[in-house]
Amino acid sequence: MTAGRWAGPLAFLVLALLGRTLPGWLVFVLTLALAKGLVVMGVMLLMRVGLVSFGHGLFFAGAAYAAGFAMKLWGMREAALLVAIGVLAAVVLGGVSGLLAARYREIFFAMLTLAFSMVLYGVLIKAYAVTGGSDGLRVPVPTILGLQVRPEQGRLAVYYVTLLSVAVAVAVVLRYWNAPLGYLMQAIRDNEVRVAYLGGPVSRAVYFTYVLSSALGGLGGVLVALSVGHIDPNLAYWTTSGEFVFVALLGGTGGVHAPLAGAVVYELLKSYAFKYTPYAWQLLMGTAMLAVILLLPGGLWAPLQRAVRRQHP
Amino acid sequence: MRPILEATNLTLHFGSIAAVDGVTVTVSEGELVGIIGPNGAGKTTFLNLVTGYLRPEAGRIHFLGRDITGLHPDRITALGVGRSFQVPQLFLSLPVLDNVMIALACAGRRSLDVLHPLAEPSRRDAAHRILAQFGLDRDAHRPASELPEGGRKLLDIALAYALRPRLLLMDEPTSGVSALEKFAVMDTLVQVLQEGGVTAMFVEHDMDVVRRYARRVLAMNGGRIVADGPPEQVLGAAAPQVVGG
Repeated sequence: MTAGRWAGPLAFLVLALLGRTLPGWLVFVLTLALAKGLVVMGVMLLMRVGLVSFGHGLFFAGAAYAAGFAMKLWGMREAALLVAIGVLAAVVLGGVSGLLAARYREIFFAMLTLAFSMVLYGVLIKAYAVTGGSDGLRVPVPTILGLQVRPEQGRLAVYYVTLLSVAVAVAVVLRYWNAPLGYLMQAIRDNEVRVAYLGGPVSRAVYFTYVLSSALGGLGGVLVALSVGHIDPNLAYWTTSGEFVFVALLGGTGGVHAPLAGAVVYELLKSYAFKYTPYAWQLLMGTAMLAVILLLPGGLWAPLQRAVRRQHP
Repeated sequence: MRPILEATNLTLHFGSIAAVDGVTVTVSEGELVGIIGPNGAGKTTFLNLVTGYLRPEAGRIHFLGRDITGLHPDRITALGVGRSFQVPQLFLSLPVLDNVMIALACAGRRSLDVLHPLAEPSRRDAAHRILAQFGLDRDAHRPASELPEGGRKLLDIALAYALRPRLLLMDEPTSGVSALEKFAVMDTLVQVLQEGGVTAMFVEHDMDVVRRYARRVLAMNGGRIVADGPPEQVLGAAAPQVVGG
């Protein structure tokens, strides 16, 4: 237990040190991985209820564009404010779409979320005057707590903003995970009828988790926008949402850190696969996924989880 | 004793079949009522009507004087009507203790809480006390899926009991339980219910169990109540097709 308690802060410290030591391209890959890992964390929270979201691109893109508009229209540059605006936009999107989505289960939920994200994709593509259409929008280097960041240091600055965001998100999700609401979601997955006969508010519980999940999707979206420096409608496209589901399966749903670990492995694997097999990298990724499904059905996190359980039964 | 449940002229058809046909019954506080009858007599349908899983076509249901006809199961549960099932409805992937703590969180209307852990000391202690009452404390940390059938039945009822219901409806509490276990299960149940002052109704096919534990028996057939009285009177007079099943 004590080891488990220190694992998170230790990982945070190691990642903070890595930012100063790793080459720039790897820091960029790590930033993307952690940011996308937050979105995957949101997807994973819903998977624990047995719901698969194929539409997290809605929150991912919605938040990224909200930050992009704040920069373009209001000249806003402060990273903390941009993150807040992005998350707020995602929560609004989640709050509205969740009123409908939280009523559905299984394939109906998956298709509904997919439809929501594709509606946003269509709007982003068509509303050229506002969104830049398929060209998207440029996202300049932000300021950090009012301090100007030189372009060559922008990448590292965004990495630390991302790392801090991940720490806060993990703390929030851990609290949710261990609270009655977190357990209630597992209970709903196991037996929704029983929860209703215990007087448990099933729809509200799913709704709140959906909104939390959308907030995480939005947080990841803003951080990717700040990191890449450019946003386009593909952030809302169904393949982007599918990638989050892919990584959630890769990491596993057994722990709060599993999506982050899955995302880091995925981004590294993708980078090297693309470098060494530029015409067959998707084949390589598919093979890796098959291997995980066959050999580690609970995801990459599962062996570690089993080892911890053996030590602390 | 004042009435706790009053069903008046309850009626529900499945197609052309009258599953429950004009049932009128009053149950007083503190009663332990057995419901018997052959398959298709309307016993489980009656429980489903009272707990809100089904809505009657006609008739009203009052619980402690309040009209609960057609309310959603979670509302009826919140008012104080607990329910256990013929096939135990558990959270199989979770430990036994977590099952009860979730029920306790629901009972205290804290199931949406995200500020405190589920396993806060007071809730954990209360869950252990309930498990001890039902003889399940030594299984507290086993996954519910590993419990034997008798244990699952008891846990299913323990979940309903954790809600501190005024009225507990149990659907065949000894079905699937071995002949050796059934009286032990019922002894435990009746003791816990009496200690908690809970009014209970249970559907049962085993006449030994009904004769031994029920204080009043409702016999149903064809969706109607065909006999209502003390066990020796109803079981002595009932035709084989009423008792059987």
